Amino acid sequence: MGKVIVVTSGKGGVGKTTSTAALGAALAQRNEKVVVVDFDVGLRNLDLVMGAERRVVYDLINVIQGDAKLTQALIRDKRLENLFLLPASQTRDKDNLTPEGVEWVINELKRYFDWVICDSPAGIERGATLAMRHADIAVVVTNPEVSSVRDSDRIIGLLDSKTMKAERGERMEKHLLLTRYDGARAQRGDMLKVDDVLEILSIPLLGIIPESTDVLRASNLGAPVTLADARCAPSLAYFEAARRLAGEDIPVSIPEEKRSILGKIFARRAA
Amino acid sequence: MTEVLTDSRSIRIKGRSFLAVVLSPDLPLDDWLVRLDDLAARSAGFFLNRPVVLDVADLGINRAELTEFLEKLAERNVRIMGIEGAKPSMISPGMPPVLKGGRPAGDVEVTATEATETGAEDKHETTVASAPPATAVASESRSAHPSLVINEPVRSGQSIIFTEGDVTVVGSVASGAEVIAGGSVHIYGALRGRAMAGSVGNASARIFCRKLEAELIAIDGIYKMAEDLPPELLGKPVQLWLEGDAIMAEKLN
Repeated sequence: MGKVIVVTSGKGGVGKTTSTAALGAALAQRNEKVVVVDFDVGLRNLDLVMGAERRVVYDLINVIQGDAKLTQALIRDKRLENLFLLPASQTRDKDNLTPEGVEWVINELKRYFDWVICDSPAGIERGATLAMRHADIAVVVTNPEVSSVRDSDRIIGLLDSKTMKAERGERMEKHLLLTRYDGARAQRGDMLKVDDVLEILSIPLLGIIPESTDVLRASNLGAPVTLADARCAPSLAYFEAARRLAGEDIPVSIPEEKRSILGKIFARRAA
Repeated sequence: MTEVLTDSRSIRIKGRSFLAVVLSPDLPLDDWLVRLDDLAARSAGFFLNRPVVLDVADLGINRAELTEFLEKLAERNVRIMGIEGAKPSMISPGMPPVLKGGRPAGDVEVTATEATETGAEDKHETTVASAPPATAVASESRSAHPSLVINEPVRSGQSIIFTEGDVTVVGSVASGAEVIAGGSVHIYGALRGRAMAGSVGNASARIFCRKLEAELIAIDGIYKMAEDLPPELLGKPVQLWLEGDAIMAEKLN
């Protein structure tokens, strides 16, 4: 049985979709079978970032309503043969997501894939709660600024109370993915420092993704950043995060200013 | 280092919960009154000095009928302290106040020996009038010093309400979260949200935290906003208590 990951944040625009695509492509490059599922019904974006927007025929809602088979709705990536996309519907709204339908789809996907990565919509309403409902692992995407941190804190509270795992009395595995991190600005105090964010959220750190134009460039090309340029700084950080998700214990490095010497790079353990 | 944070005398507003008897009459009202008379005859003085709430939620009667019904209850010495579930159109000035947010408690035993057989059909239920949620839940397992221990951080949007005693949080209380205790509040972490101690009237309750960054603190109804806290205490381990109407604060070492 595969593992179900929800990529969530509460706040919009912090990098959920980008991170879903990048982590999905990074895990698929480890020869594992991956499906990325877009839960943002009505405002879908994952198909664009994956470069599959012209290949969407059926979507998640069609599958839930029985208009299409799951295999008909899955889109295989053209670059990685073990990476698949289940797109959201752009013309429907979130009310079409039913708890039973979502449960059935997730259980089916778990049978065929090693990783089922659910891209949650922003907010704490139906779409977001259904995306996290069946997850085994949560990746909480947070920017180093106060509103994002507080929204993430709220989401962590929901992960601990509204998910199947929580209702069964188990502990949801939660990881912090700090995105759009700018070492120089954090040094100047314009941005929250890594330690501040970790202290407030008190969940283990999965990775720190540096702020970079490479991410935007990749999105516009329609490719996950870990596919578009596997050697750029954000890609390396996403590859490391994927290794940690897969269970490897490697230290997290904080991206510093480019001119800083190697010795200034603090290494820390992922808890 | 002890500081007086409040010296102006403020009006203290407290919450208090009482157990009220709820009467839920059914139609026709005259038949129900006959059954009530029957009960009153067997258990003399049952309604004497008891707060009684009238639940009219599922009762399709109008204002005139309700007025008449209240008069008939008054003739039987049943004094209604509040009406629950009434539509605004049913209420006229001079009627008992409309109550909302009641929480069910157990059935009340009618204390006469013969009254057992009628207890069920007369639909006597009790409710805790205007009580916070924890009261009804926790009241059954009352020990000498009840306390609640939370072993994880209290996240933004979460609310811990425990009016029975102390609350201890092993972790932080996030911005946008709140902890409300009948006794003292102990936070073994940063207090960034709200903490209210002595919430049902306990002037000896205190607030302790490892790192004071609170949005609001309150003891026994006296409160302080973040900006009223002395800046030199921010980020420090602090205890707060009440002396008269003044919140005192001291750094812990």
